[in-house]
Amino acid sequence: MALFSLTTFVIFHFGLHRTSLSGDLAAGVLWVTLLFAAMLGVNRLFVAEHEQGGFDAFLLAPVDRSALLVAKAAALFAYLVIVELVAVPAFFLLLAGPSPGQALPDLLWILLLADLGVAVVGTLTSALAIQTRARDLIGPLTALPLLIPVVIAGARATEPLLGANGAGAVPLKWAAILGLYDVVFALLSYAVFDFLLED
Amino acid sequence: MAAPGTEAAGRPIAAGDARREPDPAVELDGLGRAYGERVVLRDVTLALEPGRTLLVLGPNGAGKSTLLRILATLLRPHAGRARVLAHELPREGWAVRGRIGLLAHEPLLYRDLSGRENLRYQARLFGAPEARVGELVERVGMARRADEPVRTLSRGMVQRLAICRTVLHRPELLLLDEPLANLDPAAAELVEPLIGRTAGATRLLTSHDPAGALARRSRSRPWRCSA
Repeated sequence: MALFSLTTFVIFHFGLHRTSLSGDLAAGVLWVTLLFAAMLGVNRLFVAEHEQGGFDAFLLAPVDRSALLVAKAAALFAYLVIVELVAVPAFFLLLAGPSPGQALPDLLWILLLADLGVAVVGTLTSALAIQTRARDLIGPLTALPLLIPVVIAGARATEPLLGANGAGAVPLKWAAILGLYDVVFALLSYAVFDFLLED
Repeated sequence: MAAPGTEAAGRPIAAGDARREPDPAVELDGLGRAYGERVVLRDVTLALEPGRTLLVLGPNGAGKSTLLRILATLLRPHAGRARVLAHELPREGWAVRGRIGLLAHEPLLYRDLSGRENLRYQARLFGAPEARVGELVERVGMARRADEPVRTLSRGMVQRLAICRTVLHRPELLLLDEPLANLDPAAAELVEPLIGRTAGATRLLTSHDPAGALARRSRSRPWRCSA
């Protein structure tokens, strides 16, 4: 995932043929790259359970099945944070100019808010896709449309942070939308996850 | 009703104790299950008393594993009624999960983890004491190899670990799908106290090998499941 992000930023760096990006273009490049990197993790999230019988072993246990949702979402969240620890510095180095200091604190909490939504929705769609034969296709096909609000809100919230003349204030409306998205999908996932695991 | 060990084409035949008690460990009435258009189980009716063993015989693809998966709460029945350990399935599946041990075709072990790590993970899921892990690997003769990744072990060794996983939480009902598959005679002898007649649990075994399986059954009055 981290390698994918780095490679994508390098491709954008040469493909766009610009020394630095700012504003909506910079935000768009950052969020789309992070989203596709996340898809790699989403696609692999339940592979070990599916291929090695971990699903059945877990389903046989006298535990709340939502524990699997929480554990997998937490794992995906951790992966996303680790990827961003590599990808965000690379983004500033390759595309957004070398002075991220002002933008970084606000960018971090926006990213964490978005990671939460991606982790929850990614876990839900991954659990759905893993039951199908075309899981590599079904996973992104179900996850990407559901994650469009995250990209829109994330990009709009970070756009002022990546301005050409320094970081502006984060529009709280878009940050609130991210937070609302997280809450809604966390509750929805909790409600339907049990049914996804049943055959 | 068929004689033990005989087979109707495509139908598993069960042999076991037929005496009905008021509260059977397993009670099926008209159970059915299909995968899409393909009907795998149709009108399966049987009762198994606590402490007894029921042997289900049938050719490959007859639905034996599907029957066990339904009883283990991994599959929903599409027709009929299933009652396990006095709880209706699938509605009360949560109440019986920790009381059932399923030994399936797949070992249900993570290949990249060691046998001991797998069993510790299972022990935590089932609330079993960790000391039980050491005790079991010792009893099946796997103490020396239990710290190696499962993917490096032979199929017989993996089967022994799978048996440890199955009995880790001392289940009341054992659902055993070809339990001695891949085991040499010495290993079969080692696992006998864990999953054999002396294990003390109600057992439902499946096999496609009538000769070997009938030698291990509890009683000989037959049942037939139509599939």
